Amino acid sequence: MARITYITHNDEKHTVEVQNGLTVMEGAVQNDIPGIDADCGGGMACATCHVYVKDDWFNKIPKKEDGEDDMLDMAFEPKTNSRLSCQIIVSDELDGLEVNIPSKQA
Amino acid sequence: MIKTDALIIGAGPTGLFTAHQLNLIGLSCEVVDNLDKIGGQCIELYPDKPIYDIPAVPECTGEQLTNNLINQLKPFDIKFHLNQRVEEVKRDKENWIVKTNSGNTFLTPNVIIAGGVGSFEPRKFSPKECEKFENKSLFYSVKDKKIFEGKTVAIFGGGDSALDWAVELSKKSKVNLIHRRDEFRGAEATVSKMHALVKEGKINLFTKYQMMSVKGNGKLKSIDLKNDEDEIKNIKTDYALGFFGLIMQLGPIANWGLNLNKKTIEVDTEKFETNQKGIYAVGDICNYPGKLKLILSGFHEGALAARACFKLARPNEKYRFEFTTTSTNLLKRLGKKE
Repeated sequence: MARITYITHNDEKHTVEVQNGLTVMEGAVQNDIPGIDADCGGGMACATCHVYVKDDWFNKIPKKEDGEDDMLDMAFEPKTNSRLSCQIIVSDELDGLEVNIPSKQA
Repeated sequence: MIKTDALIIGAGPTGLFTAHQLNLIGLSCEVVDNLDKIGGQCIELYPDKPIYDIPAVPECTGEQLTNNLINQLKPFDIKFHLNQRVEEVKRDKENWIVKTNSGNTFLTPNVIIAGGVGSFEPRKFSPKECEKFENKSLFYSVKDKKIFEGKTVAIFGGGDSALDWAVELSKKSKVNLIHRRDEFRGAEATVSKMHALVKEGKINLFTKYQMMSVKGNGKLKSIDLKNDEDEIKNIKTDYALGFFGLIMQLGPIANWGLNLNKKTIEVDTEKFETNQKGIYAVGDICNYPGKLKLILSGFHEGALAARACFKLARPNEKYRFEFTTTSTNLLKRLGKKE
């Protein structure tokens, strides 16, 4: 279990508890957090669950695997700390993680 | 005006199998899709990814699944209208009048929405002011490459479309290629070719840059690029091309008076009918208690919606349930019996 804070583009903070093994995307969708569309349902095929991960956390969470950067090419305003939230799997180590949601997904 | 027993919106797996079910029970149908090919998400998003949960098919890719579904439609004569989006659905007594953005009009008692997460549209540049230049000096696809001859073109993206056009247009235009990182996801051969052209000075390459803003008055004049270190570079250009893949948008469906829940359409589980009589929703786009977004669920939903269509298309006939193993009627339609 980890507490994860989703910060919307207008600075609304939503902190929720997400079960281990779920993804950061699923944590958002299950808790109706606005701004994560996840059109493809977690298949790393759409880039609509794009988030920015704060720098200190960016280096702590498991690294991007093949293909994630390819999808991020298509995301809305990608930055160096961009991730697809469907590729970040929640564990106890992620307790306190903060992610920023872009102003839109496409 | 094209008359048909049912119009299917969406040529993904659910739309295809629904077409099969309609034809099997003796109804005609036409299929509209905004993509330029049949297959929906399976073909656009994951043609090469294996799928393991299609009943009786231990493993197949999105492309194989699509091809199998197309093969299954062979006995029937089904007209596909690709590259067009349904814009308008209007009631006309017992029928619906359906118009697409390329000018096709259908008259049908049944409209089946098998639209997945919506229609595929190109992803656009993020600065809002880009809209002012769209289809004049800023494009998301190339329709007539001649307009670029002798001009300066800024191409954005790191996939095959961006690379192919950079290579092609560099023959007769001044090409600036801009991509957010050093790695390109296009085919290796094209990436090498592009790098060779950069060396020859035929293509100017800007990596780790993205579009920040566009300038011009009616016509595009220049573009400000920004990199990860917030350094800004201004490049002169006559045209801009963006290739960021496709995104699914619900689009005009939102205006048809259907009960929506987020991006999905509420249906009953008997006919998969929406709150509008004769409009059904099946596959990923429909929603009901317990809905699973699986291809197999779409097949079931399409089969039931097709039976519901029968009532409205043949109000004076009674639908009779039959098996393909034994029914002479069905076997005739399948071309297995004279």
